[in-house]
Amino acid sequence: MLRDQDRIFTNLYGLHDWGLKGAQARGDWDGTKAILERGRDAIVEEVKNSGLRGRGGAGFSTGMKWSFMPKTEGARPHYLVVNADEGEPGTCKDREIMRFDPHKLVEGCLIAGFAVGAHAGYIYIRGEFYREAEHLQAAIDQAYAAGLIGANACGSGWAFDLYVHRGMGAYICGEESALIESLEGKKGQPRLKPPFPAGVGLYGCPTTVNNVESIAVVPTIMRRGASWFAGFGRPKNSGTKLFCISGHVNKPCNVEEEMSIPLKELIEKHAGGVRGGWNNLLGVIPGGCSVPVLPKETCDDVLMDFDALRDVRSGLGTAAVIVMDKSTDIVRAITRLSRFYKHESCGQCTPCREGTGWMWRLMERIDAGNARIDEIDLLEQVTRQVEGHTICALADAAAWPIQGLIRHFRPLMEAKIQARSQSAA
Amino acid sequence: MSNEDMTNFAFTPENLDAARKIIARYPSGRQQSAVMPLLDLAQRQAGWVGLPVIEYIGEMLEMAPIRVQEVVTFYTMYNQHPVGQFHVQVCTNICCLLRGCDGVAEAARESLGIGWGETTEDGRFTLSEVECLGACVNAPMMQINDDYYEDLTPETAKAIIEAFKQGETPKPGPQNGRQFSAPEGGPTTLKDLTFAGEKG
Repeated sequence: MLRDQDRIFTNLYGLHDWGLKGAQARGDWDGTKAILERGRDAIVEEVKNSGLRGRGGAGFSTGMKWSFMPKTEGARPHYLVVNADEGEPGTCKDREIMRFDPHKLVEGCLIAGFAVGAHAGYIYIRGEFYREAEHLQAAIDQAYAAGLIGANACGSGWAFDLYVHRGMGAYICGEESALIESLEGKKGQPRLKPPFPAGVGLYGCPTTVNNVESIAVVPTIMRRGASWFAGFGRPKNSGTKLFCISGHVNKPCNVEEEMSIPLKELIEKHAGGVRGGWNNLLGVIPGGCSVPVLPKETCDDVLMDFDALRDVRSGLGTAAVIVMDKSTDIVRAITRLSRFYKHESCGQCTPCREGTGWMWRLMERIDAGNARIDEIDLLEQVTRQVEGHTICALADAAAWPIQGLIRHFRPLMEAKIQARSQSAA
Repeated sequence: MSNEDMTNFAFTPENLDAARKIIARYPSGRQQSAVMPLLDLAQRQAGWVGLPVIEYIGEMLEMAPIRVQEVVTFYTMYNQHPVGQFHVQVCTNICCLLRGCDGVAEAARESLGIGWGETTEDGRFTLSEVECLGACVNAPMMQINDDYYEDLTPETAKAIIEAFKQGETPKPGPQNGRQFSAPEGGPTTLKDLTFAGEKG
């Protein structure tokens, strides 16, 4: 198990003062000026070497993303945008950072902003997180008042302004180009890529978009070194990670652990085990609702990292572990997710606009038993037609849980249909 | 959109001042970026977003009213009709479903005597079913205005709503005594850390 001394988010549970004084006592804002003095290239290199992969779901190298930004500022200013639009069902980690460790994020924004040549940063936080936005704004105000950000951030000579921008309830704005559209005051509909934000982002300017957790771990990586961070987890899956464990466990919780921790160990050590014992487990959605469910046999020994979960045809996503025991009506659960995606489709691409509704309606019929067995095959085919044919990944995310359900739990779908046809007969 | 109950709108002097500060967060010429926060400010003042709000904000930001309306109808947090003084929003997404949101939803409907999307006759409460609010390890949960009430049972959900009816504001957060998102009964980590110089 990860030692407490190696945990980054030391106020995860809000036991300590989240304000500037408390944050400084926990080591935040320590030697920030010296970090900036190492220079832009050195910071990008250190983050690359740490092996940090984006914590928002896609898992792309954070340092690599930063290196795509133009080396010098041209006519167009650079922007840092932080994706705090946390809304992937199962995921509630960035919320804890923003309400209990907001200074880690603010300091991370300064370092990241400096590293990508940005003098301004916007944190796009979901609108429902009103109290969290209050803490974040208070932390920003404290940092301004202390000269840590602003015209001469930490006395470094670098000017950096940071703003909070609240969303207003649209899951799709967690997609980075939809988020940028929304930040520009429009409907949050994703943009075609390329061009990527590093070339043409906010206001048509070079922009880096990073998840809250990705940014908030950067100051600690810079202080303790890339090799310290890279020492946790398997190669290419480095670091510590916030895990959210929800559903049918005895003690649902958030916890920071080492990457590549076995799923079973994670659940048993921190979440009090599966309700009714490990053998009562039906399946786990390991990375937020957009990744396919794993059956129990896979859960027995799978590791919680990007590559291990990809190898079992699922994904680490946001590391939001949704546990379902044998009492779960998993067909109903996945049907509920289908309704969610139908609700959240932005309507821009036809396969998604039409497909999410179509898949949801058929899932509702299967859940009610009011379908034919061969319609399960039709459903599978339609998920393949939706997947990969849209601008953004929401349609894929709508298709994958259904594919996972059919792959691992098809007999339960058939049983619902058979039960209804038998009771009708 | 219904606008029969809102004939005109203008920010109060305090909110006008707040609006100017919001606009100043964005580069000059990019004032459209302020449309979402200004609509939220207006909604906090008027309770909902009617056509007069859309026209007022459009004029302030030099946007065509239809561009403002597109924003209003795209984002779920804008109330396009009047809502009660207390907006009770119950999450029914997967994690809350697994932890018993059916019972919480039933308790809320029963306590308020209304269904999803309805407002009580006295105009005090509106009840909505919502998608994931991002408090999944504290499921099931509901949001009332700006606060989250977590780790609910049908009984505690009902007690919270009854307290609001009596004019009280129950303490937000977990309702089962746990420390935010730490495991119930106490954390498994971060137990022995002390920080020199920290107050409190």
